[in-house]
Amino acid sequence: MSSVRIAGVGHTHFGQHPERTGRDLFAEASVEAFNDSGVDRDDVEALLYGNFMGELAENQGHQGPLMAEAAGIRAPATRFESACASSGAAVRHAVRDIRNGEADVLLVGGAERMTNLGTAGVTEALASAADDLYEIRMGINFPGAYALMAQAYFSEYGGGKEELAAIAVKNHANAVENDLAQFQREITPEDVLEAPPVAEPLGLYDACPVTDGASAMVLVSEAYAETNGIDAPVAITGTGQGGDRMALADRTYLARTPAATRAAEEAYADAGIGAEDVDVAEVHDCFTIAEVLAIESLGFFEPGEGISAAAEGETTSDGAIPVNLSGGLKAKGHPVGATGASQVIELAKLFRGEHVNSDLVEDARIGVAHNAGGTVASATVHVVEVVT
Amino acid sequence: MSDDPGNEGYDEWLDALADGEGYALVSPEGYGSLPPRRVCPETGSTDLSREPLPDSGTIETYSTIHVASPEFGGETPYVTAIADFGVVRLTGLCRGIEDPEVGTRVTADVEAVGEERSVVFRPG
Repeated sequence: MSSVRIAGVGHTHFGQHPERTGRDLFAEASVEAFNDSGVDRDDVEALLYGNFMGELAENQGHQGPLMAEAAGIRAPATRFESACASSGAAVRHAVRDIRNGEADVLLVGGAERMTNLGTAGVTEALASAADDLYEIRMGINFPGAYALMAQAYFSEYGGGKEELAAIAVKNHANAVENDLAQFQREITPEDVLEAPPVAEPLGLYDACPVTDGASAMVLVSEAYAETNGIDAPVAITGTGQGGDRMALADRTYLARTPAATRAAEEAYADAGIGAEDVDVAEVHDCFTIAEVLAIESLGFFEPGEGISAAAEGETTSDGAIPVNLSGGLKAKGHPVGATGASQVIELAKLFRGEHVNSDLVEDARIGVAHNAGGTVASATVHVVEVVT
Repeated sequence: MSDDPGNEGYDEWLDALADGEGYALVSPEGYGSLPPRRVCPETGSTDLSREPLPDSGTIETYSTIHVASPEFGGETPYVTAIADFGVVRLTGLCRGIEDPEVGTRVTADVEAVGEERSVVFRPG
């Protein structure tokens, strides 16, 4: 099957920009993506756009056409909402549309304005990714749900807060030179362990920050790239998506994420690779425990073994499988609707030699991006490769 | 709010739980789920029957939450848990259970929290 080429990428600074509108954030990312691509805006056949909380943060629904307008394209546009996996879902559908021959040029990405809501408001907005009747009304919010998963993991497999702290330390270290990251500073294990509790056993430094930002990519078919002389050596070669019961209590496993496992298996089969072929990964570490569950679902570690991977140096920048060289959601930031596409962009930059950490993984050729919604009732996995 | 139309199926389930008559909807294959529910999420069966929940369940995981959404802001810190009640698990707020453990036995009840009602667990 023909691959889908990443012709151009754009990415705003991820951080606190409470005064900036979603449309302005996405416009910035899309302008950069078009300038990077060399693709004419008139060739774009559709915008696939991820956003989660636009109604709550900006009183703005129907964001598809609004964002197409902001990007200066007249093509039809659709918003994808899949909680924190919104733009992962958008990327997946863009990939399939191009492969199916339905389109040759698509703009895909996402944006989220969050910090204007304040801590209480954004906590309430994020909680809406859970089951309103059976979780939210019982006091479950986003950190609380992941805390329940972390405690279940500790009970079933062992490990503890010290191992989780190593993940936060690793991802902060990776972001130090990343000018697009929200936190460009190293932290110590003591910083993590002594931070105020949010939802035990998780503390403030186990959690990703609240972030404003946007990401955008111009994706093209191989044929379009060849015909138009577009230099696009990085491709999305595999896509997968998995689902699970909405409420954590209804899942078979409280300490595993089978939706992500299914997404990974599908994406690997699609790309004709196995987990052992992956050189580098960007995974959805909205909380430190989420990175553990992700790298187990991706097949890098057996269930129960992922907890110690960062502490033992296996997922650090010099480890066997570096994870979140961008800083991840933890340090780069997590503007929810922008995150899935942002992860793919990080891998594209890494392989193009334009990433702050490219030199650390010079021989890397295959990466995966793992994007999760809610407590992983939704998950997408994409395989990104250097193809020429 | 007097003009709140409520949530059909869910409200009746909470009423039943508050009366000590909590139930699950169970498919012929034995999978339990909670209302409103027309179709078993695991099997697709529409032949669901009400089966009473056991008098008590056991905690499988728990967390003490310190940073809450606005409607639970007055509750912090509060303890939440997921407890196994046989064919279903329930999520609830712990009352009188300050240091839960896996296996702690609890009963399920209903309590008003703000403008809504919540499932609460008490020592079983």
